[in-house]
Amino acid sequence: MSSPTAHAHHAPQGFIRKYVFSLDHKVIGIQYYFLGLFSVLIGLTLSVLMRFHMVYPDVKVSLFEKLWPVGAQGGIMTPELYLSLMTMHGTIMVFFVLTTVPQSGFGNYFLPIQIGAEDMAFPVLNMMSFWTTFVALVVMVAAFFVKGGAPLAGWTGYPPLSALGPVSGPGEGTGQTLWIVSIAIFCFASLMGAINFIATTIDLRAKGMTLMRMPLTCWTWLVTAILGLLGFAVLLSAGVLLVLDREAGTSFFIPAGLLVSDQIQNHKGGSPLLWQHLFWFFGHPEVYIAILPGMGVASQLLSTFSRKPIFGYRAMVFAILAIGFLGFLVWGHHMFMSGMSPYSALAFSVLTMCIGVPSAIKTFNWIGTLWGGKIRFTTAMMFALGFVSLFVSGGISGIFLGQPALDLYFHDTYFVVGHFHMIMGVAAIFGMFAGTFYWFPKMFGRMMNETLGKLHFYLSFIGVYAIFTPMHFLGVAGNPRRYADFTNYDFMNPLMPIHKFMTHAAYFTAAVQIIFLINLFWSIKKGARATENPWEATTLEWTIPSPPPFDNFGGKHPVVYRGAYEYGVPGADKDYIMQNDPAQTPAH
Amino acid sequence: MARSITNPDIKGPAGPTSGEWGDGGGGQPGASRRASLTGLLVLLTATTMVFAAFTSAFWVRRGLSNDWQPTTLPPVLWVNTGVLLVSSVMLEIARRSLKSGKRSEFNRYWTIGTGLGILFLLGQALAWRQLNDAGVFIATNPSSSFFYVLTAAHALHVIGGISALTYVDVMALLLQLGPGKRTAVDVCAVFWHFLDGLWVYLMILLTVWG
Repeated sequence: MSSPTAHAHHAPQGFIRKYVFSLDHKVIGIQYYFLGLFSVLIGLTLSVLMRFHMVYPDVKVSLFEKLWPVGAQGGIMTPELYLSLMTMHGTIMVFFVLTTVPQSGFGNYFLPIQIGAEDMAFPVLNMMSFWTTFVALVVMVAAFFVKGGAPLAGWTGYPPLSALGPVSGPGEGTGQTLWIVSIAIFCFASLMGAINFIATTIDLRAKGMTLMRMPLTCWTWLVTAILGLLGFAVLLSAGVLLVLDREAGTSFFIPAGLLVSDQIQNHKGGSPLLWQHLFWFFGHPEVYIAILPGMGVASQLLSTFSRKPIFGYRAMVFAILAIGFLGFLVWGHHMFMSGMSPYSALAFSVLTMCIGVPSAIKTFNWIGTLWGGKIRFTTAMMFALGFVSLFVSGGISGIFLGQPALDLYFHDTYFVVGHFHMIMGVAAIFGMFAGTFYWFPKMFGRMMNETLGKLHFYLSFIGVYAIFTPMHFLGVAGNPRRYADFTNYDFMNPLMPIHKFMTHAAYFTAAVQIIFLINLFWSIKKGARATENPWEATTLEWTIPSPPPFDNFGGKHPVVYRGAYEYGVPGADKDYIMQNDPAQTPAH
Repeated sequence: MARSITNPDIKGPAGPTSGEWGDGGGGQPGASRRASLTGLLVLLTATTMVFAAFTSAFWVRRGLSNDWQPTTLPPVLWVNTGVLLVSSVMLEIARRSLKSGKRSEFNRYWTIGTGLGILFLLGQALAWRQLNDAGVFIATNPSSSFFYVLTAAHALHVIGGISALTYVDVMALLLQLGPGKRTAVDVCAVFWHFLDGLWVYLMILLTVWG
């Protein structure tokens, strides 16, 4: 383990040390952010290709044939190619976007500053963590280019499909191996990151920064790190066993007498359900890894832009802890279809319902924060409100899916696709947009364009609801998921117009993201200069120049006198009091 | 401007003394040591989860079908266990010697402890060799699969541990083990004791249920 004294490092001079192998948490945060941005563009492109194929499966596209001479012979995608696009879309989005940007990107940049530290506890480990993630991404993307192409087994990598090798389909050879190796590398990177986040939060808080004065963002980063620590370690173990089943002839996950492609497989006695248990023990907390930092950002922004203290700070902290804890007790609700005992299903179902309690506490507190506030409708605030909206919409369908009786019907339908895209996909993405618009001035010293920002928000908000709301209706109508093509089923014919609508909504929403990209890159170069505290916020990152100096606080040690949400305090000169402001009214 | 505890370039009067509000004490003396120990605890938690997952898979797979044939453990594993336990004792003696300022004793015992760690690894390699010679391979049956997975995962951790022990040893022999590196001594020793305990646990698991 690297020594934590490394934040004694000097400001680096050379290009490589400053921008490539940097030890500075701020540079590393930005590196993670752009890694996520690159990944999201791949993921988005794949989703558009999938939506196209679903509604126009017979249209020949010569570009497809150029890209995939085998998978799209004659310009028409094979179902296998569709599945490989689906697998890579899910994997890249979940691991390299949802896990990477909110936690490793924003968390790296702002956790040390918000708690008043000079850097992360272990800067060398931090750098290694980023570059390990980078290697994982390279290995993952490489799966597109090997013989057979990308794997087919979905982001959950279920055996036996993922465990048998090329016999079970193209992409199940080298492609699937690369997928598992990439995920294992990613696990290492996440574990390194978790060590840093936890040690930094516990031990490097500035004088006066008690746990109960931390901004809620820091709480969510801490709990997310703990979830990552416990979850990714288990996924790593499961990945090792899966690789051995593929490469060493073991039978952890492959049952005896399995007949695949007319060949009896030489394995015995394993269980695919064992993988499902191990995977979802990681996989459910992974959902919270994606969404918790977004909750932190939403809390921060709703309070700042309502000019009111967050409603029920303590309740918010306990809700975050409760969500983190319960997240480890509900993995079975992904497996109601596996033939588990109804008594187990009942237990998992009740525990799943329990998560509704802290989730509702958070939602009510967000609304309570807004109530009677002097709301400033900045773009960042709009995205935070959008986050709350999507979180509620996606969360409510989760209550349906948590009932075993309903899940038996819904499980393999588009209802599930709609649900998880709402809550884990676009809600988390809206959290990232909110964080981007809010923290951009601090990160780059310039403001983003508000007009373009608002335009981007409204069009995206309409777009994502247009894509994902109809999926719930399709699910109720029995539309199966993971199918490449629906045109061969009579009962699906009346549903095709809805699919076409969703596909066009997807084109629209994808195109709208160009506005964001233009705004982002234009603002980095040409945006209006940002002041130290453009949003009149209270936390420590707004007490230092934009962008912050190399060691954050210019050699000073900030001292914290009050909580993070002192807005509209009666008797104060301004409508907000900075966390490091010793004067004025008694501290909370 | 206050003096930075960690950045020698930043000079000035010392920063505020330790927090009275139960803060993290960041920027205070000892923050880096405490962060190292917290980091170690987190690392040990991760390792525990890795082996908890393997153990869970072990139990499930064992109860699953009738192809489980117990693996006869090579007797050399018992010698290895003894070697590992003694190496832990040596490192602990070394650590305590350093605390009471006996640096040459520290060097001696730490070197012995590190050497025994390497001996343990060689012993593990021998055990694998013996099993291979007896025709027991990783894919032979689930019991042997788990034997190889668990011992290899433990060995990888031991290799990491030995790298750290060797680093401290070289620093100590080159007389570069300043007070700043004392934390490294504690972190290494605790990690090694953990691997020791983990091995005892694995031996019980493999002997009784393997």
